[in-house]
Amino acid sequence: MLDLQNLRIRQGSFQLTASLRGLDAKIYAIMGPSGAGKSTFLAALAGFLPVSSGTVLWNGQNITGLRPAERPMAMLFQDNNLFPHLSAERNVALALTQRRYLSSIQQEQVKAALSRVGLSGFEAHKPGELSGGQQGRVALARVLLQDKPILLLDEPFTALGPALKNEMLDLLQTLAQERQATVLMVTHDPNDALRIADETLLLSDQVLSPPQPTQQVMASPPKALAAYLGLE
Amino acid sequence: MKYFTFAAGLFTASMTLAQTPILTIYAPDYFASEWGPGPAIEAAFEESCSCDLQFKTGDVLSRIILEGERTEADAVIGLNTDITKKARETGLFASHGQDNAQLTLPIEWSDEIFLPFNYGHTAFIYNTEKVANPPASFEALVNSGTDLSLVIQDPRSSISGLALVLWVKAVYGEQAEAVWQKLAPKILTVTKGWSESYGLFSDGEADMVLSYTTSPAYHIVAENDLTKKAAIFPEGHYFMVELAAKIASTDVPDLADAFLAFIMTDQFQNIIPEGNWSLPAALPKSQWPQAFQDLPLPEKVLFYSEEEAANLRKETIEEWRRALSK
Amino acid sequence: MAPRFVQISTGALICSFVLLPLWAVWRQADGPTSLGPADWSALRFTILQAALSALLSTLSAVPLARALARAQFWGRAAVIRLMGAPFILPVIVAILGLIAVFGQNGWLNAGLRSLGFDGFSIYGLQGVLLAHVFFNLPLATRMILLGWATIPQERLRLGQSLDLRGFARFRLIEFPMLMTVLPSAAAVIFVICLSSFTVALALGGGPKSTTLELAIYQAFRFDFDFAKAALLGLVQLGLSASAAVFALGFVWGHQLGIGLDRPIALGRHSTLQKYLDGVVIGVALLFLGLPLLLVLGNGLASVTSLPAAVWMAALRSVLIALGATALCMLLSLSLLNRSGEAIATLGITVSPLVLGTGLFLIARPYVNPFEISLWVTLCVNAVMSLPFAVRILRPEMSQVDANFRWLSASLGLSRLGWLRWVVWPRLRRPLGFAAGLTAALSMGDLGVIALFGDAERATLPLKLYQLMGSYRMEQAAGCASLLLILSFGFFWIFDFLGRRNA
Repeated sequence: MLDLQNLRIRQGSFQLTASLRGLDAKIYAIMGPSGAGKSTFLAALAGFLPVSSGTVLWNGQNITGLRPAERPMAMLFQDNNLFPHLSAERNVALALTQRRYLSSIQQEQVKAALSRVGLSGFEAHKPGELSGGQQGRVALARVLLQDKPILLLDEPFTALGPALKNEMLDLLQTLAQERQATVLMVTHDPNDALRIADETLLLSDQVLSPPQPTQQVMASPPKALAAYLGLE
Repeated sequence: MKYFTFAAGLFTASMTLAQTPILTIYAPDYFASEWGPGPAIEAAFEESCSCDLQFKTGDVLSRIILEGERTEADAVIGLNTDITKKARETGLFASHGQDNAQLTLPIEWSDEIFLPFNYGHTAFIYNTEKVANPPASFEALVNSGTDLSLVIQDPRSSISGLALVLWVKAVYGEQAEAVWQKLAPKILTVTKGWSESYGLFSDGEADMVLSYTTSPAYHIVAENDLTKKAAIFPEGHYFMVELAAKIASTDVPDLADAFLAFIMTDQFQNIIPEGNWSLPAALPKSQWPQAFQDLPLPEKVLFYSEEEAANLRKETIEEWRRALSK
Repeated sequence: MAPRFVQISTGALICSFVLLPLWAVWRQADGPTSLGPADWSALRFTILQAALSALLSTLSAVPLARALARAQFWGRAAVIRLMGAPFILPVIVAILGLIAVFGQNGWLNAGLRSLGFDGFSIYGLQGVLLAHVFFNLPLATRMILLGWATIPQERLRLGQSLDLRGFARFRLIEFPMLMTVLPSAAAVIFVICLSSFTVALALGGGPKSTTLELAIYQAFRFDFDFAKAALLGLVQLGLSASAAVFALGFVWGHQLGIGLDRPIALGRHSTLQKYLDGVVIGVALLFLGLPLLLVLGNGLASVTSLPAAVWMAALRSVLIALGATALCMLLSLSLLNRSGEAIATLGITVSPLVLGTGLFLIARPYVNPFEISLWVTLCVNAVMSLPFAVRILRPEMSQVDANFRWLSASLGLSRLGWLRWVVWPRLRRPLGFAAGLTAALSMGDLGVIALFGDAERATLPLKLYQLMGSYRMEQAAGCASLLLILSFGFFWIFDFLGRRNA
């Protein structure tokens, strides 16, 4: 369970506060007007940016000061999720080891992960040889192998067309449910949230409000969200 | 048993090696390279001295001055009088102990510290195939219009360049600056050192180059090329002599003395002409190689003593610079 | 990239290596000093020729870079790669080549005279500028080419869709890019030309063309006036440092890389422009290539007859070059940020003469300088190539950092993992180029061997001078060819290794 206690993040003139309790094993969408700081929030949560005050707790343990790799989180960025000069196999394998040599067990694990995302046989391909959707899957495969309980996603499938995006979102949902992962996904498209997010958090006016079931939020959105969605 | 003999032999050999005294001589680059007289001199001297002669190349005077008394040099070779005043002032040199009367220089030599080993004169070298009518005198050169192009060295970075400005001064005295102004349009370029100048001349860039009266000897002997000649002027040519000296603080004074004595021997002197392409300082003309005996040499020799050279230096260089900077 | 501690100590090391000798020389002085009229004249000329050289090099690089950026022809990649080349030539070799083409007895004049024109004299300010442009035009061109690669695709497409042509295209697309690249390029070339010595003296035509470096040389070798030498060294350092600071003040631009492989789509250009592009490239190739070919041609025949000593010297030079390259790469990897680059630039601001003499003075009480001469040469070569290595590596490193720092952090890559999986693969290409440059520069550098030199430990450039000093001009030409071949060989090999499978 993920708790945020009086978390305050400051970046220059920008700031944001968040106090959340009991985020667990669901898919949460984070929405809000542009510039509200959704990506910043996610980055701070992941440990890339420092927090000014407050704590982040996971299952009662304080993880605020930990480095990104030490946290129980895996993250998918908007881009640069893969190393373009490494093959799909290598990219995925980095979740397991940094050594040059992969044991046969590790090789099997990598194969299985790629197979799970529907990319069997693509081990030797470099990202440049793969389509946008396929690159997304390789990244997902790696996230699978990282096997962290929390998944953070920062608009990860924006560049894909609608059909492909939906495919990826469904895959994400399946994998998350399989692992009972806690997923926090920043998105600007309400359809994404409606499709797979159990609950939605709203970030506006420098405050991250507690999660509400998505259907509810979309049916009667708060003022700020309504303005953002053009539903006035 | 074999092993023992072998080890003993090795031991003795290393002992001998360890005991072989080293004579360190500072010399200019051109002297000690494989194409200079260095290797031949080293071989000849080591035969009789049972020592290890080592040449250390570089800029001789700078190093001596920088190193001061702690210098590891035992002797130096390759200084010339236009700069020896500074060397003398360091007080680092001891007398050479050789008999000046044995020298065969065209001038009187009485210095007890610096010993000449070869000499030459400054002269303009030309290619007979390119220059049909070389100037017959310095005056002719100065007044020759712009037909002739010259390449010379910078007196601020080259010994031969310095010798040139002193030559002009020696011939023309007060008129030196005016002469330089007349020469200026003929001067194609001024190079940092003798090598670049001579390279340009060899490539046919300029008609005449400031070099030495002995330069043609190289072409005649080594290349069988008779086209390069020195223009000999009746006004006289500037005398350039190269010197050796012993360092007072040497740890092998006997060896140093032996070397200086060796300089005066025929063995050494015979190496000089075709080794350093200069005229030997202690060998009568009749014993020179034929090519050198046949070389046209100046009748009149001009020379400034070390003191005069030092005093005139700043002034002559400044005159030269002013005249050429217009 | 490297830990803070490593960065700071490397920076301190470089600073002391460069500045301590200056202090050592100063300490040797025995009295106050000031600059005489000859010195002021030298200062004026030095600044003048450096500024003009920088201006000419950068301005002539503009059309050449534009032509290369958008032209498509067989061998384009090779030509662009070779653009690094003349810069790395040993100075004396390049001068011989230039004289062979432009000198009194050279091709150009022979051609002009046969057409009835008066000859053109290379000796004078014009020769100095010509030589400097010869050395630096390729460098400037490469820098501007990199600038072309930074123009965002969107802007180019916008230009195409608006059908911008001619002056409008220049004003809206090319000019803004040039403004970010040219000042920096000009400043770097200015600094390089400030310490010019042999060029100015051989081609300058006379004492009018005296540079600061010659004044320093004179102070050392003839006057033994250490105070004056130190003062002049300081002036030179001050000048160079200010120019370098100015250069650094301009932003490089982010999206850099050595990715010059694909031509830039600039929109339509007429057949006339294509033709002109071809002419520009052709003239540039001729200008840059002919002197080199002549040097090669002149001496190639003599190479096989060079004595063993020359080959030994060549081997020594090769080993020193390899060592200097390794050292330089190591050092530059610790200096890949703004202050690091500022420190690295010290490498070209200091006079080699002052550096050599200072090091000699510092080393003298402790060790026989002869013993360490080759090591000192190695270190000096490494430091003098540092500014270029850092300049080449830094943009790529910032890009790697910007793109992959977070990904690596989230994967928990250790320092070794970061180096192995991210840095090395991405930096291989610029490293190859930088290494090639350093190795080639080191081959041709006479270095500080003048003071530390030893007949038994000669390097190849020294042998070249020795041959020239002993009337053996043909063998010297052979030596020059050998030097050329080795320098180019190094450059090409390292660059190739960096590009292979990159």
